[in-house]
Amino acid sequence: MSETNGRLNSRSKLHGLWALTNRELKKWYKAPVVFLLTLIQPIIWLGLLGNALNLGSLVSPDSFAIPAQVITQLQLSPSQVSGLQQLFGNLGSQILQSTFGTTSYISFMAVGMMAFTALFTTMFSGMSVVWDRRLGFLNKVLSTPVSRSVIILSKVLSATLRSMFQALIILIIAIPFGFQLGASFTPLNLLGVFAMLFLVCVGLSSMFIAINIRSSRIETPMAVMNLLNLPLTFASSAFFPIDKMPMWLQAVANVNPMSYTIDGIRQLLIFNTNYTQLAWDFAYVGIFAAVLTTIGIVLSWRYLNK
Amino acid sequence: MSEDVIKAEGLTKIFNHNLVAVDHINFSVKQGEIFGFLGPNGAGKTTTINMLITVLKPTEGHAYILGKDIAKENMEVRNSIGVVPQEYTADEDLTGYENILLCADLYGIPREIAKRRAVELLELVELTAFKDKRVQTYSGGMRRRLELACGLINRPKLLFLDEPTLGLDVQTRTATWNYVRKLKKEYGMTLFMTTHYLEEADALCDRIAIIDHGKIIVTGTPEELKESLGGDIITLGIQKDVDITGLVKKIPHVKEVRKENGSYLIKSENGEVTAPLIIEALRKEGHVVTKLSLTKPTLNEVYLQYTGKSMRDAEESPEAVFAQRATMRRARK
Repeated sequence: MSETNGRLNSRSKLHGLWALTNRELKKWYKAPVVFLLTLIQPIIWLGLLGNALNLGSLVSPDSFAIPAQVITQLQLSPSQVSGLQQLFGNLGSQILQSTFGTTSYISFMAVGMMAFTALFTTMFSGMSVVWDRRLGFLNKVLSTPVSRSVIILSKVLSATLRSMFQALIILIIAIPFGFQLGASFTPLNLLGVFAMLFLVCVGLSSMFIAINIRSSRIETPMAVMNLLNLPLTFASSAFFPIDKMPMWLQAVANVNPMSYTIDGIRQLLIFNTNYTQLAWDFAYVGIFAAVLTTIGIVLSWRYLNK
Repeated sequence: MSEDVIKAEGLTKIFNHNLVAVDHINFSVKQGEIFGFLGPNGAGKTTTINMLITVLKPTEGHAYILGKDIAKENMEVRNSIGVVPQEYTADEDLTGYENILLCADLYGIPREIAKRRAVELLELVELTAFKDKRVQTYSGGMRRRLELACGLINRPKLLFLDEPTLGLDVQTRTATWNYVRKLKKEYGMTLFMTTHYLEEADALCDRIAIIDHGKIIVTGTPEELKESLGGDIITLGIQKDVDITGLVKKIPHVKEVRKENGSYLIKSENGEVTAPLIIEALRKEGHVVTKLSLTKPTLNEVYLQYTGKSMRDAEESPEAVFAQRATMRRARK
């Protein structure tokens, strides 16, 4: 026992954090099928949504031809026709540029996809709290000298690391799909991207854990998540710019932390970086993460010690 | 502080302001003892154990573990106890060895010490040969042993066992009992266990508390509890239909004589001594004894005497039922 007592003093308040985080992560990276699926999933998303929903193709020069009737009516020469065609093509790029801030819709959407994947992955951190409760693992951990906040933080951390990894995969996969980096991009910006993802994942997973911390049923969190999932995804700039939305939807999108995350990542990756805007994005997502993590930890003290 | 390893004083838990799960219970557990908590489903066993292991906070009253208050000094309590939960909590995707190391991390035990202890503990529960196999491949008995090893990683002075043999077959159950006895004998450990297998309580526990409706009804050694029923039952038949009640009542130790279906039911202490005396006395009076049997009371009778015979239905939370089913399912694998 002397061995035990001597050690107590030197032990940090965060002991067990990595052990519990790694336990969650191992379920993912030690299971080859699950791991492979998480890699394939973004390919399918990008392949399907990026190509099936390719808004950019609507305004590309090849997507329409000047009708023959118009050509005969205006008595246009072939060179004039190709000139007009060119003009409309340029106009199309202009529309894309002014709508999405880039001429490449797939780049616009891929960033939305990175945030969307983060949302999906963090949802499961909420589920794993319920599973641990049902399987008795939570009770066992509660009877050990691990701090209550560490139990919550380990869930947050594992979901965050997983999301960040998946976002990286999306970014890598998006390149062969035609992802175009912005003019002001430097490799240093990638650090900013992951800082942004880190913040939003911490905030989101704290939120989902807070929602599920008292639940012992699987159905409740499922219902809550399905309810939150759609507005968080589509009432944001993930797939479509906010200023082209109706006013009431803009109001929702403007408080949605996903919008700020996505804008921040776009500023860093595909836009000509507007630093004031970027600072706002970071501030908003940072506050979101801080508030929700605090709520998560306060609830963990309250409800993990009944 | 007292030398009691566990001391509960008026320990109470009320859920949602009106559901009294544990109602002002008092008991103490001495050093080196195996103390059993017996009771029907929903009696308050699990709530009590959860309070003692600092997972639940008592609504009223106090409990001290090795002199530490469970509510105020919960970190000290957590460090000095080991817990073997009813459920199989080991991670299926990890090996037995990795699971023990995970438990060690939860106690903040440095890696080198943890590795050394893991090897010792795997040896103790005879899982050394399977230490690098994933828990998924373990049988129910092996999982139970692994849980036991995890509960011992911090070298606790007091070990809590919640339904340690739930769903196990007879061989595995007997083997588990032997481990428990070994812990007490070789390590001088104090053990607190809950069970609803009566023969388990009888075979293992030094003292038993029977709990029902959140209250402790009776505490004592298994022998004391059996004695408290008023002794053994001697069933006797004689050839002729004459009343011998008065005659038998005069014999020492006999407490009660009752005629039922043509036989005499005689309640007596030390039945094995009394029975020959009865035969002797009856023969002297010319009666012929046609049959005689002696029944020692079991803990079953004690239990039914104190908790009543009505069945307890569905007072458990869905979460507890789910966990119990999962445990049974995996135990039978």
